[in-house]
Amino acid sequence: MLLRGRAETCRVAAAVEVNGLVRRYSPTAGISDVSFTAPAGAVTALLGRNGAGKTTTVEICCGLRRADSGQARVLGLDPARDHRKLAPRLGVMPQAGGSGASGVYPSARVEEVLALYAAMYADPLPVEDLLERLDLRRVRRTTWRRLSGGEQQRVSLALALVGRPAVAFLDEPSAGLDVHARHTTWELVRELRSAGVAIILTTHDLAEAAVLADAVVIIDAGRVVASGSPADLTRDASARGLRFEAPPGLPLGDLEAVLPDGASAQEVRPGHYAVGPRVDPDTVAAVTAWCAKQGVLADNLTTSSRSLEDVFLALTAESS
Amino acid sequence: MTTLDLAPGRGAAPRRRAYAAQTRMELRLLLRNGEQLLLTMIIPIALLVLFAKAPIADVPKPRIDFVMPGILGLAVMSTAFTGQAIGTGFERRYGVLRRLSTTPLSRAGLLAAKTSAVVLVETLQVGILCAIGAALGWSPHGNAGDVVGVLLLGTACFSALGLLMAGSLRAEATLAGANLLYLAQLGVGGVAFPLSDLSPSQRHLAELLPLGAMSEGLRHVLNRGIGVPLHDWVTIAVWAVAGAVAASRWFRWD
Ligand SMILES: Nc1ncnc2c1ncn2[C@@H]1O[C@H](COP(=O)(O)OP(=O)(O)OP(=O)(O)O)[C@@H](O)[C@H]1O
Ligand SMILES: [Mg+2]
Repeated sequence: MLLRGRAETCRVAAAVEVNGLVRRYSPTAGISDVSFTAPAGAVTALLGRNGAGKTTTVEICCGLRRADSGQARVLGLDPARDHRKLAPRLGVMPQAGGSGASGVYPSARVEEVLALYAAMYADPLPVEDLLERLDLRRVRRTTWRRLSGGEQQRVSLALALVGRPAVAFLDEPSAGLDVHARHTTWELVRELRSAGVAIILTTHDLAEAAVLADAVVIIDAGRVVASGSPADLTRDASARGLRFEAPPGLPLGDLEAVLPDGASAQEVRPGHYAVGPRVDPDTVAAVTAWCAKQGVLADNLTTSSRSLEDVFLALTAESS
Repeated sequence: MTTLDLAPGRGAAPRRRAYAAQTRMELRLLLRNGEQLLLTMIIPIALLVLFAKAPIADVPKPRIDFVMPGILGLAVMSTAFTGQAIGTGFERRYGVLRRLSTTPLSRAGLLAAKTSAVVLVETLQVGILCAIGAALGWSPHGNAGDVVGVLLLGTACFSALGLLMAGSLRAEATLAGANLLYLAQLGVGGVAFPLSDLSPSQRHLAELLPLGAMSEGLRHVLNRGIGVPLHDWVTIAVWAVAGAVAASRWFRWD
């Protein structure tokens, strides 16, 4: 109860606060301007193309790397200067196969590494329960080097969580996971959030970010180009579209004549039609009435807002 | 489904608990690794029996009395230097040290755990070697405190040099270099033949190497029952301090 109370007070201030962070590896690589805040009891997803600077940002926040300039604060502390004080309250899952490599003894068994990490924290999670939750009991006596890629990812997640961190940095936690393991991971992340933990994760799976994240931060070529909740980023009504399927080669010029002003229709692939850019109830009515008049059935008719993926692609298109 | 209480905990465990767990892990890894065991157990034991029994080099009799001090030095070098350099070099390469730095375990704690594991393995080595020596008719002389003193100072010296290599070179270079230096010192470190067989200038050089100083120092105590010559203490201590200073200057954790 006491612990929850403390988590509650953390929620007021941001658990992670990053301001104008710069870390240049070369004139073109690194990060040049990253700012965001991540509150406790929330999931913040860092998104960006390969090489955008997500891992660099995460590593600076957990004290593995120093920034050239700018400021990072984690639980009110400086990750580089106050590293020893901060480390016990962080859970870090490094990116698999990244420059930092896995970070686990290749010849140690799963249960041995977990016991080692558990021994370093005052209130570790019960190792048995963690093994069970992450479906690792079968491989508990397997050495790290003999684990499959997804099993290594799950062990790595377990290592990040076993110390019951106040802030969890998870660098691509769902990379290489099967569907079941991915759902288990999402479930765990949601439970962490309800327990008041600040979760900062990176992912290339935008559907995952959309369902999991309270806030996303899109980094492109070392700069933050957008941030906000997934709903905020995709809200833009002008981006709604209507799609339907029908026999190929319909006379779309006739359809456009009955659509509201400014709307246009396209056959994107044979038999697949798109109407946009703006869709309102009248548009839907006009399309279905016109199809009826043509004597065709508009199949799979859907209206949809822009997905996070559309927003992401639009924002990160120019770099590279 | 097991429910986990994921509410943030109080942070670090008492330092002693983290240190004990890390020591256990280090020890486990040392004793589980086949190549390490070859280096730290099989080779010293095989050399001890070989040199004591086979008429290879022309060494003062009884052969076992001559051979034992050098083998003890070799055992210390194999664990504190060669084994530790290679092990730590690959831990660094695999990002193990980097990831550990995100846990509550401090660098001092990690170093203490590594040292403890090394000393425990050495205790095992020395115990086994002494038992085999006794079975072969070894009759040691001198002050046991001097012997332990040389072994411990030698451990500090070789650990510092091993960590210096592991922390500043690539893992492959450490692997090759540590094995090469092991062989070189085995050759001229007063293990297989007395340093007095060398020409005076070669001899002075060999006595300035850590293993040469260790085995000559141990020989003074164990064979002749007299104290360790000051210059041997100084030689080992200088290597130890120089190694420690260099390691703290150049050791990189990632
Ligand atoms: N140690 C380093 N030395 C030099 N350049 C580096 C180093 N680490 C990263 N970089 C470069 O910095 C840029 C950002 O790397 P970073 O790992 O932060 O990207 P990322 O967003 O995590 O990418 P990914 O999605 O592929 O994991 C990349 O262009 C990378 O090549
Ligand atoms: Mg990355």
